[in-house]
Amino acid sequence: MSRLKSRFARLKADNKQALIPFVTAGDPHPSITVGLLHDMVKAGASVLELGIPFSDPMAEGPVIQAACERALEHNVSLKDVLGMVSEFRQQDNDTPIVLMGYANPVEVMGYKTFAEAAAKAGVDGLIIVDLPPEEGEDLVAELRANNIDMIFLLAPTSTEERIEKICQMASGFVYYVSLKGVTGAANLDVQSVQDKVQQIRQHTDIPVGVGFGIGTAEKAASVSAVADAVVVGSAIVKRVAENANDGERISAEVCALLSSMRQAMDIES
Amino acid sequence: MRLNESIVSKTETDYYAMPDERGHFGIYGGKFVAETLMEPIEELRRAYEEMKQDKEFQAEFDRDLAYYVGRPSPLYHAERWSKELGGAQIYLKREDLNHTGAHKVNNTIGQALLARRMGKTRIIAETGAGQHGVASATVAARFGMECVVYMGEEDVKRQAPNVYRMKLLGAKVVPVTSGSRTLKDALNEAMRDWVTNVDNTFYIIGTVAGPHPYPAMVRDFQTIIGREAREQIQVQTGRLPDALVACVGGGSNAIGLFHPFLGDESVEIFGVEGGGDGVDTPNHAAPLCAGSPGVLHGNRTYLMEDHNGQITETHCISAGLDYPGVGPEHAWLKDIGRASYVSVTDDEALAAFHKLTRTEGIIPALESSHALAYGEKLAKTMSPEQQIIINLSGRGDKDINTIADIEGIKL
Repeated sequence: MSRLKSRFARLKADNKQALIPFVTAGDPHPSITVGLLHDMVKAGASVLELGIPFSDPMAEGPVIQAACERALEHNVSLKDVLGMVSEFRQQDNDTPIVLMGYANPVEVMGYKTFAEAAAKAGVDGLIIVDLPPEEGEDLVAELRANNIDMIFLLAPTSTEERIEKICQMASGFVYYVSLKGVTGAANLDVQSVQDKVQQIRQHTDIPVGVGFGIGTAEKAASVSAVADAVVVGSAIVKRVAENANDGERISAEVCALLSSMRQAMDIES
Repeated sequence: MRLNESIVSKTETDYYAMPDERGHFGIYGGKFVAETLMEPIEELRRAYEEMKQDKEFQAEFDRDLAYYVGRPSPLYHAERWSKELGGAQIYLKREDLNHTGAHKVNNTIGQALLARRMGKTRIIAETGAGQHGVASATVAARFGMECVVYMGEEDVKRQAPNVYRMKLLGAKVVPVTSGSRTLKDALNEAMRDWVTNVDNTFYIIGTVAGPHPYPAMVRDFQTIIGREAREQIQVQTGRLPDALVACVGGGSNAIGLFHPFLGDESVEIFGVEGGGDGVDTPNHAAPLCAGSPGVLHGNRTYLMEDHNGQITETHCISAGLDYPGVGPEHAWLKDIGRASYVSVTDDEALAAFHKLTRTEGIIPALESSHALAYGEKLAKTMSPEQQIIINLSGRGDKDINTIADIEGIKL
């Protein structure tokens, strides 16, 4: 059983929802990322989402754009990101890791080379924001051959027909983008999320995660009441940025946020 | 003339079969966008397909091009310049004489008509040199639509007259401070706006790039340039030209000129990229000459990128060519060998700018000056019986501050 499958199975058995924090690899410095990942697991992260820095992150709000810029100041490459995953796996072979990024770094590395290297490093899933299923067939085939899940996105604008088609291709979990907008936006509407998640569930039994605009323990709890997983990105990256010169404080602030979210989610369930 | 007018000549390679139904030009093009935008671009594709078949829409588009833009634009024989060069006869397609001063308005008229038909009330656009921003602000003013233009902070500085023009027209100009602060970053920011305001907003992309259907749609609106030129040259000289030359940033003026001639195998086609300090230096904007394939801004195409797939900063004296990608149809035409892509440096473009101004009394845009510089080199290798059409895609008034700066003159 894949790490993602067994993690979601265990959460379900415990009647809990997954908490999935996001950080950009190498932000603010490559040396802190692996330690931060371990600390986030201790603070209650169920799955880790690690961002591949990209020069033109079109779906990101200002907070994660800035994170990409900080990481790219240290020339953090896709190869470096895979190196961080390998290093993380030396101490933690259970927590699933999903990489998130844009198509071009993967294109340039080559789909086959990437899929093999990612599997070897211990990557479990991949989210490519600008690679819809229509363009993703070749990459999905390479990932499947290496037991890596392609995590597809669904959005408020996805039609019933698209939801059905994408759910048929999906594995690991599906990621519902909670709002029309960029990461870190403030216009989250839990009722509309609930409606759409219910619609998605009619087409698939795999877990449904929700992300974009979930920045507080309260919001995390209310989304966890209607979904299987809660993804938190900008709120964490903001704390990284505010404490950029002090690795210990980054960890403390990020973990405090995650613990409060974990607690609120557990009370809710 | 009609957008869906069947194409003039056929040859063994069907140059007119692209893009395929998935929006691909060979391996290029496609729809590389976030899920939120997939349904909106499908909606746009359907609306555009319907519009192409709609005679009333076509008539309205033709009327606007004639009476609002001032088409057809002249094809002008630059006799004095040709004589001085001693080579081929140079004909200039005068897109600089269009309303708003460049070819960009052909496309914004088409897209604004489409936006109105789709019930959208808000227009957004990205701009580099400001010509597309001005053309978008112009049509928005005419239709009473709200208009927001994203422009890199660097470009806001070097194209001040166009920024003010957009403001006069009622548009909001948003300086973009992320990344390299130029055209690519303006595109990123426009995409972010679109994904947020997709219900009421129409994104007018200014070039033949972006996700399907934009590369095909913008091309179709711009092929008026080539259809007119093809007819005009035959009326004036009794035959087709030997070569075509146009500058390529994203490549909309170039594809507009080239496309109706693709089936005319005797016509050589040259696209001219911004060579900056030279393509053997890191400072240029010539992805077709010195880049490699990748994915950016919704399509697969040639890009300026490093070995890790990060998009690299470009350099070109002309803001309109200062872009790390290029329309996917150009990438395909390069690979199949139907068109040749070359580059000229900032200095060569500047020299051509002055040359045309003093020899023919026409001040060209710095973008178009790249086409002129290559046209000059090409003409010299040809005989006086041969003829070249160069697309004079825009006028140079917007560039006078840049030129004055270089010459150390304060205006």
